[in-house]
Parts: sequence; structure tokens; C-alpha cells
Amino acid sequence: MTTTAVSAEVWDALGRVRDPELDEPITDLGFVHELTVAGSEVRARLRLPTYFCAPNFAYLMVADAVDAIRAVPGVETVEVRLEDHFAAEEINAGVAAGAGFAGSFPAEAAGELDELRRTFRRKAHTACLARVCRRLLAEGWQVDALAGLRLADLPESVERESLVRRREELGLPATPDAPLVVDDDGRPVVPGKVAERLRFAQAVRVSIDGNAGFCRGLLKTRYGASNNTEERG
Amino acid sequence: MYTKDGETYFVVDSHVHAWDGSPANQANRYGKGFIECFYDYHRSLSPEGWVWPLEKFEKYSDETLVRDLFDEGYVDKAIFQPTYLTDFYVNGFNTTEQDGRVAEKYPGKFIVNGSFDPRDGESGLDALEMLAHRWNLKGVKLYTAEWKGISKGWKLSDPWAYRYLEKCEELGIRNIHVHKGPTIYPLNRDAFDVADVDDAATAFPDLRFIIEHCGLPRLEDFCWIATQEPNVYGGLAVAMPFIHTRPRYFAQVLGELLYWLDENRLTFASDYAIWHPKWLVEKFVDFQIPEDMQAEYGVLTPEIKKKILGLNAAKLYDLDVPDAAKVREEPADSGAAVGSAPAVPA
Repeated sequence: MTTTAVSAEVWDALGRVRDPELDEPITDLGFVHELTVAGSEVRARLRLPTYFCAPNFAYLMVADAVDAIRAVPGVETVEVRLEDHFAAEEINAGVAAGAGFAGSFPAEAAGELDELRRTFRRKAHTACLARVCRRLLAEGWQVDALAGLRLADLPESVERESLVRRREELGLPATPDAPLVVDDDGRPVVPGKVAERLRFAQAVRVSIDGNAGFCRGLLKTRYGASNNTEERG
Repeated sequence: MYTKDGETYFVVDSHVHAWDGSPANQANRYGKGFIECFYDYHRSLSPEGWVWPLEKFEKYSDETLVRDLFDEGYVDKAIFQPTYLTDFYVNGFNTTEQDGRVAEKYPGKFIVNGSFDPRDGESGLDALEMLAHRWNLKGVKLYTAEWKGISKGWKLSDPWAYRYLEKCEELGIRNIHVHKGPTIYPLNRDAFDVADVDDAATAFPDLRFIIEHCGLPRLEDFCWIATQEPNVYGGLAVAMPFIHTRPRYFAQVLGELLYWLDENRLTFASDYAIWHPKWLVEKFVDFQIPEDMQAEYGVLTPEIKKKILGLNAAKLYDLDVPDAAKVREEPADSGAAVGSAPAVPA
């Protein structure tokens, strides 16, 4: 493959790495500051909105970026470095050595980040549900009637794709015949309880969307990058 | 006080600082990074014309602080919330003593809050008692995510934390401000996890737990707890400035808070010197929920604004409020029960 082709594939791969908290691709968020592809060698630089962004989330993004790039055919050497962060040195060294989070902070960390990641995947799934249902309600659906819907009843949309992807990541029912409104464990929500579930889902959505806006704004302030901070929603 | 359109607002700024983040006081790169991070918050969300040079932001004079809050910012009473960070700053970033010195220089203007760390054990209990007597403490500010030696944070539900909360009850310290928000990081735990507040609030029903930054960006977790615990409050520091840069987001946050809690448990704060109370107060009094969101969130009345801007905090700290700024006392009503709202999520 040519270097250009590899570059495009690497960029696509990085686009599948999401900030676990904001649930958006690191490429869209402007976190990928530099990407160099030379033959089979790839070097990427990541930067975050603040010096004190949570080290656990930072670690996940660096590690995920390495995994994503490594999976691209034709790539043999990968170096991903986090810059301008209070724990950059430990994170970079830990990820490069494949030490895991606990291995990168041997004195401090109490364990790996799987549970943290799962928590935020659950939140992302809940927010997706809020977005999908918001649209249905705007189209005139009655709230309790949503309890009878299946994933297949959703029109094709980016929101539906996102919802299905989150379900798959969490190991929740994601086939077309799976119920639309489910709880964190994939159990269907009964009519009468749908409003409550969606009310909470909305708070999750507001929280995640708002935080993403805050982080984009801070990144722009910090680096003067041309990130889009226009208000949406 | 602030008066607009015939309404008078008593203003309590529930979260202010007199810090020293200057290079001379920075102990290491963390101290430098910390104040620069604050400075980016300041630059990112302040309106044009309200941004200071970094040097001024790092360390401002007592005169500047008092002028900004009380002469220009409409503030009637300001509450100092200490932020020690003794690992980052030679003399600490913003200690109770630093705050207390300013408060004594300008009597009647400030409330001085203290702090404790349950990992200090027995000796810390004595220190808290001394601090309480010296500064007549009615409140404390806590950082559960702060590192200390090999410990990477603590929980309000830890046995030692309960000892300290019992001590607070004994000393008449009823306002427990808990920082759940950015910039102080636990390592692998979630810095914003508010689950421990739930346990402590149940165990200490006579204490009030004011969650600074209202759990943002974990608004939903905070709301969920606050709905169930009547002694949990939301401090609006950091949420407020979005009123300028992202008014629709601000409306949603406030709307969610009013839905899940109620108008009696939210307190205004500038987080000075990160933001200036003058523009925050002016914009808040002028603010209304955008029309297309009103079906869901309702509207903000002058009464709601009066409570948030000062009356709620005045109750927590037993402050006298001039008659002109009072609102009619209503029976406490926490609003509709969760899940019983009109079933039309936006």
C-alpha cells in the first residue's frame, strides 16, 4: 500500500477511537495534533483540552489509539505520544511498554480501567437512546407506545447506527428484533416506566453534550485551534 | 444588592477565592499547570473585556477582590472556599488563613470556610476544632479526589470521614461543600463520582451537602442523588458562566436541576477570580429559558432568581436579608416526583 493510502486508513482508524467520556471521535474533537506516516512507521501526537484532564481517560485514549493504528494493514511501528499533560510521561511510557494502567502508575493506581470504561459506555448508550427517542416523540409518538418498538422500527439514521453500536459494545441485544427502550442491562422498559427512563436519559445527554462543548472550547482556548464551538441543540 | 425592573436581589456569592498562584509560590510544574488550567477556564468562558492578563490572574490584590465583588459585582456576602494544594504551592494555593486575613481586614463582607482531610486521623480532628474556633466556621470545603502520599482520594462514606462529619455536627459546622468537578484528579477513580454523597447525606440528615459544580459533567448522577436526599444542594460555580457562551446549554442544565431538585436547593457562585460576579449577576437576572424549551422546563420567575442568587445561601448561613429582597415564604415543595413529569422529553 502507498503511504497516502496508509495515512487515510490510519486516520479512519483514529476516527474510531472515542473519548470515553465525551463519546466522540478524537479526530473530531481535535485531539489528534500530528500524524506522520513514513512507510510502515506511524507517529501520532495527541493533545487534550487541559493539563489536568483526567489521567484515566487520557490513558484509555492513548492506548486505544495505539491499538487502532496497529490494526491497520501495512503498519509495523507505532508511536503515540500524549503532549502537554501532567501525567504524559507515565502514560506514554506505560502505553509503549504495554504495561496497562496499573503498570503505568504502580504506586498509585488501584486497578485497571475496564469498569470505568463500561460505566461510560453505559452512559453513552443512555444518551443515544435519548437522542433517538427525542426524534420519535417530535414525530408524534406517544411516550408509552415506544415500549412496543423494536430497533428495526427506527428509520435509518446516524442516531440509530450509534445506538446499535453502543448496544454491541456493551453486549446488549442489538438485533433488529431487540426492543428499543431498554435499561442499562438490556431489559425492556415497560409502558408506564418509559417516561422516567427517558427523563433520566435526557439528563445524561445534556451532561455529555455540554461537557463536549466545554472541552472543545478549552482546547480552542489552549491551542487556538479552529475547532467548532458553535452551540448546537 | 442588585435592582432591576423593580425587583431587588440579595446576592450571596457562595464560592470565591483569594489565591496565590504566582510563579514565586509555585512549588513545581503542577502548580504552574494548575493556575494555567484555571486561566483557560477564565479565558474560555468570560465575555470579551472581562479577561485579565495572566499575571493579574495569578495573584490579585485584596483591593481588587473587594472592589470586584462588592463595589462592582453586586455581592452582599461572599463565602471563601479554601483550596489548599500544599503539594503544588509553597504556601498553599488558597488556605483558610489566607482567606481569614482578608475577611478580618474587611469585616462583615465574608464568610470563612475551613477544610479537613479524614486521612489526617486523630490529629486532624483537633486541628479542625482549632480552625473552627479560630474562624467561627459554619462550613467546610472538601476535596475527595485529592492525593495524599500513596492515597489517591477518599470517600465521604469512609469511617474516618464519618468521624469528621460527627465532629462538624458537634462544632456547629453544618454546611459541607464538596468539590466534585474538574482539575483535582483521583487516578483511576472517577473524579466526579457522587455516590459517596448519597451515603453521607443519609447518615447525617442535619448536615447540608452542597455539591460544588453540581456534579458537572455528571449532572445526571448528581440529580439522581439530590432527588432522594433533601439535604443535598447544588452549587452553581462553573455552571454559571455558560450563560454567556452557551445560553441554551445553560438553560438545559438549569432546567434539569430545577426539575430534579427544586429552586430552594441551588446556590449562585462566581468561583472568583475565575469569573466576575458583575456580568454573571446581570446576565442571570436578564436570563430566560428559551421559548422552545419552556414547555419542558418552564420559565424563571424573579422569585426563583432571588432564591438562587442569594436567599438559599442566606438560609444555609443564617444571614439577615433586607425586607426588600425577601420573597413570600411558601411551603416547601420539592416539585413533582421523579417520573411524573409531562412525558415529553425534549
